[in-house]
Amino acid sequence: MWSRQNIAGALAFAALAVAAPFLPSWLVSLATIAFANGLVVLGLVILWRAGLVPFGQALFYAAGAYTVALMSRYTGLRDVFVLVAAGALAAGLVAFLIGLLLARYRDIFFAMLSLAMSMILYGVLVKTETLGSTDGFHVETGTFLGYAPRGAALGLALFWLVLGTCGFAALLIATYFVSIAGVLAAPVRDNEIRVEFLGLSVDRLIHLKVVISGVLAGLGGALAALAVAHVDPNMAYWTTSGGFVFVTILAGAGSVAAAFVGSFVFELARSIAIDFFPGTWQIILGGALLLTILFLPEGLGSLAGRLRRVPEKAS
Amino acid sequence: MLTAFAILTDGLVYAAYLFLVAVGLTLIFGVMKILNVTHGSFYAFGAYGAATAVGIYFERGLPAAGGFLFMILVAMAIGLVLGVILERGILRFVYGKDEVVIVLVTYATFLMLEDVIALIWGRQSYAAWQPMVAAGSVEIGDLVLSNYDIVLVALAAGVAMGGYWALKYTRYGRLLTAVIFDRETAAAFGVNVTVVYTVTFIIGAMLGALGGAVMAPKISVTLGIGVEVIVLAFAVVVTGGLGSIEGALTGALIVGLCRAAAVHLVPQIELFVIYAVMALVLVFRPYGLFTQAQPRKI
Repeated sequence: MWSRQNIAGALAFAALAVAAPFLPSWLVSLATIAFANGLVVLGLVILWRAGLVPFGQALFYAAGAYTVALMSRYTGLRDVFVLVAAGALAAGLVAFLIGLLLARYRDIFFAMLSLAMSMILYGVLVKTETLGSTDGFHVETGTFLGYAPRGAALGLALFWLVLGTCGFAALLIATYFVSIAGVLAAPVRDNEIRVEFLGLSVDRLIHLKVVISGVLAGLGGALAALAVAHVDPNMAYWTTSGGFVFVTILAGAGSVAAAFVGSFVFELARSIAIDFFPGTWQIILGGALLLTILFLPEGLGSLAGRLRRVPEKAS
Repeated sequence: MLTAFAILTDGLVYAAYLFLVAVGLTLIFGVMKILNVTHGSFYAFGAYGAATAVGIYFERGLPAAGGFLFMILVAMAIGLVLGVILERGILRFVYGKDEVVIVLVTYATFLMLEDVIALIWGRQSYAAWQPMVAAGSVEIGDLVLSNYDIVLVALAAGVAMGGYWALKYTRYGRLLTAVIFDRETAAAFGVNVTVVYTVTFIIGAMLGALGGAVMAPKISVTLGIGVEVIVLAFAVVVTGGLGSIEGALTGALIVGLCRAAAVHLVPQIELFVIYAVMALVLVFRPYGLFTQAQPRKI
């Protein structure tokens, strides 16, 4: 729990939290969304370590976001902590139910079935008038245990909320990665029949991973809904899932930090690219993904590892 | 009765469209084990190419029947060029990587081609209604059927039968079957797998462009049409079983009829019935209707 990486990570989060009031507001709001999405990427990293790539993770993202939006609309609840917890819980429940089915599949079929599930939700959202149809709807501003900030203070409070959630989740997942269930991801990817011969149920291991990643995606969606103050069916569309997978591959599955750094770099690059190259930013994104797969199959996160390893060899 | 008949005809037309879109995807998967997201771009390029071709052709006031052929030829030529560029330029460097990683490679090229389309054709939408109007329609009882739709169904049936015949009775088809069955053994017997891969990918790309071309007169050709069609084609081939023409045909018929039934009876569920059918099939037949379960390797 108190390993060097975890303490370094905690210090990094604390430094960000302290620095936030002095940063320009566009950067804070960009980082808020980026870190909220980083939670989804972290969930994908968990599955990617076991060799699984879901193309429908947006399902849980949208489930979390819509739970927050609906609760703030139809109940009097405004407290962000309650709303975010409810979003994560709802997404976790959906993940548990779908996981019962999904855990039996691997490779392409895992990816496709999860895609189908998310497209079912998309279809329901688009066609249901009470859920806002294609336009989606507005999410009411939340309160923080009675504190109700407005304007710039709201942006900061949301950023701290997202940062705190991410720090907490990062710590838990880092612990999960070194636990037995977490370490078994690599053997499952390499040869799952051997894992079964050890007396372990691979389906149950994967079911657990689906639920954890679903909860993380729900958290991310809930926070994103609060940060953007709007939800719409595109949150469940397959291109949203594709974007998350994209960041996961770019960041690599090396560490927990890679998910958040990768997500931040992606959001930053995307907003810059849209500003300066509006007609060709998808070419840039696609090119970056291609080059990553061809030359850095472990993701950008592996670069840090390479730099660290070089002096060791020299000494 | 009228509703039942309408569901049947609408379902058939929609199934024909789905089959034309999905057959290239399933061919590439069957032979190369690549789930090709770029197929959506082939479709979009085919549709744009056809719209441009129709515009040029009908402006000159030439006979309408030729316009139909010209549109298809242009689209397939575009598919050919794209197929060669992608297979030789990118995909051959990633053969042997994880199946899922190759999906991501095709996703990357799909993103890039989306922008290429916007760069070539701009952001406005195109209409290519002339062949549809020129074809006219027939009345059967109270139901009006467009002749164009009838041609579409005939074309789909032709492609299905042609594909089946080519696989079973031509030299290249037999080689293909050998590669589908076991790539390494086929290579050991002297089949040039590299050439088979290239040719298969090009044919798949041309079929994707053909799907886009024949749909162009029925839709508004605009940015993002590839995005929608790719998940639809996935659903069809996964329902039927990836990698078999019979599977794509059955998947297209099931999905087409279910969607037509939904449109006529419960329009609210139109969008998600397709994926619900796919999920339902996968629950009982994990690898689709026409695929045999693979033995697991220890």
